[in-house]
Amino acid sequence: MEKEFKCIVWDLDNTLWDGTLLENDNLELKEGIREIIIELDSRGILHSIASKNSYEDAMKKLKELNIEQYFVYPQITWDAKSYGIAEIQKELNIAMDTIIFIDDQPFELEEVKSVHPDVTCINACEYINLFVHPRLNPRFITEDSRRRRLMYMEDIKRKEAESCYRGPQEKFLASLDMKFIISEAKEEDLKRAEELTIRTNQLNSTGKTYSYEELEAFRKSQEHKIYVCELTDKYGSYGKIGLALVETREESWLLKLLLMSCRVMSRGVGTILLSYIMKQAKQEGKKLLADFRLTGRNKMMHVTYVFANFKEISNDGEGNIVFENNLSMIQDFPQYIDVQIC
Amino acid sequence: MKIKETILEFIKANLIISQNEEMLSDNDNIFELGFVNSLFAMKLLNYLESEFKIVVEPEDMDISNFSTLTNIEAFVKNKL
Repeated sequence: MEKEFKCIVWDLDNTLWDGTLLENDNLELKEGIREIIIELDSRGILHSIASKNSYEDAMKKLKELNIEQYFVYPQITWDAKSYGIAEIQKELNIAMDTIIFIDDQPFELEEVKSVHPDVTCINACEYINLFVHPRLNPRFITEDSRRRRLMYMEDIKRKEAESCYRGPQEKFLASLDMKFIISEAKEEDLKRAEELTIRTNQLNSTGKTYSYEELEAFRKSQEHKIYVCELTDKYGSYGKIGLALVETREESWLLKLLLMSCRVMSRGVGTILLSYIMKQAKQEGKKLLADFRLTGRNKMMHVTYVFANFKEISNDGEGNIVFENNLSMIQDFPQYIDVQIC
Repeated sequence: MKIKETILEFIKANLIISQNEEMLSDNDNIFELGFVNSLFAMKLLNYLESEFKIVVEPEDMDISNFSTLTNIEAFVKNKL
């Protein structure tokens, strides 16, 4: 299955609107553009901008057109567009192959392609096809996808607060009033759970995707547990951002999947869910095993397991690892976060 | 600066150490000092790789290589 696109980066002149901003005051959006932007936004696809213009003038025009609120991290500068796309990719913490760049100038499309070969570059004349593009049509639209842009907007506020903060990191984290809520998955969580397995790459222990139907079977099974987590802070909710799938056996628990959204990477919460599962297994008097696969993108999850005292007990040399944890060393939850189990 | 002092500086600057454990001895278990989250773990590995121009391979991924200052120093020296 090809991965879903997460962000569309728009050029402005002769792409989003007809004409050029420098020469024309009466610009209109191209036909159907507003509908496309709003529809894709509601599907959880983000929009951004890479345009060579004056930032103030372009934002003013976007406001006049009442569409500026749909764009996150707009890059409106005179720099190369490949540079702007690198900024967007870094800020959103998504992979290059989940970005579409759309522009009317072949030169710009080629410049971006030459620097970022994984970005999908589309000529502006094809914009109408975006509506029906299969990689822009997620199977489920979840509460989290609907709120995605707003959650990124909240993130911008967090980043500003963090970059202004002077003092120990723990105090900053404590100032966020974070709550981390772990619960066993209910039926209504499973669409989001499927979406997480499809969208999450960096903090993902196996990279395996699970469909709604598979997850529903696990949820009903006596031999499995599915945990979901939500993170909130004083700026709002990050949504359901974590998932774990455990197979409960006679003598052991097998952690088949652990994942966390890349949006919460800077909060270190993956370790909390892992600690919770370790505590639960220990309480039940079980050993804890874990499947792991090195995907080339999930080094951080590998590090998370190793630093939680998981030891390799088998490795097929092709990246498939089984870990075991003797549960002799389990970290307590950090004090800067309120962990709730429900 | 010596390897050990360099690493110590890094840990002090990046690990959230609980209970005002200002003193970190060579053989203290880092994991007992504060909450070692995945972010710190990743930062530590990236730091070791860039500071000492080494590569931490998948087969080096064992907690014993990183659990104390002495062990981290030995690991880095072995890689140099």
